[in-house]
Amino acid sequence: MTSTIEAPAITPAALAPTGLRLPRHLLSAGDLDRDAALHVLDTAARIEQAIGGREVRKLPTLRGRTVVNLFYEDSTRTRISFEVAAKRLSADVINFSAKGSSVSKGESLKDTALTLQAMGADAVVCRHSSSGAPQRLSHWVEGHVVNAGDGTHEHPTQALLDAFTLRRHLGELAGRRVVVVGDVLHSRVARSNVLLLSTLGAEVTLVAPPTLLPVGVQTWPCAVSYDLDAALVGADAVMMLRVQQERMSGSFFPTAREYSRSYGLDTRRRNLIAPSGIVLHPGPMNRGMEITPQVADGVGSVIVEQVANGVVVRMAVLYLLLGGEGAA
Amino acid sequence: MAPARPADSTATSGSTLLSAADLARTIDRIAHQILERTAGDAVLLGIPTRGVYLAHRLAERIALFSGRACPSGSLDITLYRDDLRRRPPLALHETRLPDGGVDDATVILVDDVLYSGRTVRAALDALRDHGRPSVVQLAVLVDRGHRQLPIRADYVGKNVPTALADDVVVRLSECDGADSVTLVRSA
Repeated sequence: MTSTIEAPAITPAALAPTGLRLPRHLLSAGDLDRDAALHVLDTAARIEQAIGGREVRKLPTLRGRTVVNLFYEDSTRTRISFEVAAKRLSADVINFSAKGSSVSKGESLKDTALTLQAMGADAVVCRHSSSGAPQRLSHWVEGHVVNAGDGTHEHPTQALLDAFTLRRHLGELAGRRVVVVGDVLHSRVARSNVLLLSTLGAEVTLVAPPTLLPVGVQTWPCAVSYDLDAALVGADAVMMLRVQQERMSGSFFPTAREYSRSYGLDTRRRNLIAPSGIVLHPGPMNRGMEITPQVADGVGSVIVEQVANGVVVRMAVLYLLLGGEGAA
Repeated sequence: MAPARPADSTATSGSTLLSAADLARTIDRIAHQILERTAGDAVLLGIPTRGVYLAHRLAERIALFSGRACPSGSLDITLYRDDLRRRPPLALHETRLPDGGVDDATVILVDDVLYSGRTVRAALDALRDHGRPSVVQLAVLVDRGHRQLPIRADYVGKNVPTALADDVVVRLSECDGADSVTLVRSA
């Protein structure tokens, strides 16, 4: 494991007596300016400090609030992570998955939203296979909407937990070089990370085969390269993306083997990054495809830590969105 | 809970309750009282922000008087407040417990001003989630009255009768540049 350095000093924004308000809904990582993003990360660090290593890993903060996990798409870690986060804050959690619900009888998103509204959901955590679904949802419910991944659009809490993990190992992110590799076209993780990390001052380079880069990528606040070896040299962190077979309708590369040869992270490539550099993956991994098991389980891999950090980051998001609900 | 301090607390005028020298003597007296009652075998936990500095100062004096180190730390109570629904979310402060933890220890909570008692109520709840101390006591620099909960301090630096609208401003060199306690009367 890489050494964990001391958490960066708390920023003045976090010391503001009334705190900083987040947008009403967390739909895009781009909605957070630098102060708001740092406020979430600092709050997560404080929460981790408050519950770390103690007997009762629970806080009474959101007692009596209801958080609905509205998942129209399969998910293990995100749903469980949000569920654990809400429960650690003493909120009541209702899990809703499209399978086994009225959705299979043909109920629309709007009607489902109105049903949740009638039951008094204070926050709705939404994952949907269509880009923009949480945005639509935010017009229909009175509670706060958190985007937990919508189609190929965004996954802001994943970007926040990645930034939290990076900050822990690298310190302040300004000027740090982060290489994001793989299926950018289908990746909401890449989109949110580019937005958030550039807001925080990091230099992001996307590396992917041309077929897996979205149209208009040149307008994103990042560099683009097709040469993985060159991009990796001296990088502070490399983030591998999952090859999303389930979203691929056409053929984007000749064979899995060829993809792995050109864009997979093996031990030789891993050694090109800075000595203190770290390896991230949002999971689930296709071992042997975009990343070899040796690298995934090897030195500098923070993939398991990312999952643990996801819980405290989501606790921070829920606290900051739901805290002070009744305040003017 | 103590009202938010005015942003320009350096500019506040009012009657001085404790000068820097008074404050040092008061801390020494409380340190001696703690020694008397606990023989120095205590864990001091300050409530952010100024309670933490007071806890460190008290621990230093206790260590000096008794010749034994006295552990101190900080306990953030923000997530345990009872008014979270009524105000915008507050920034969190540091929580750092001494290595030995609080189980079976004599824990002394330290804060600058005791007012409604709601901060202390929250601190008791927070403490319970960190372990089970054998005894919990409370030390405050100023007790200004107007309790809203059945809470009382074990060690008090100064009792000050105040009106509800008054403000007791504690300044400490660690965060405000100088030591002083002033009472600002409402106009």
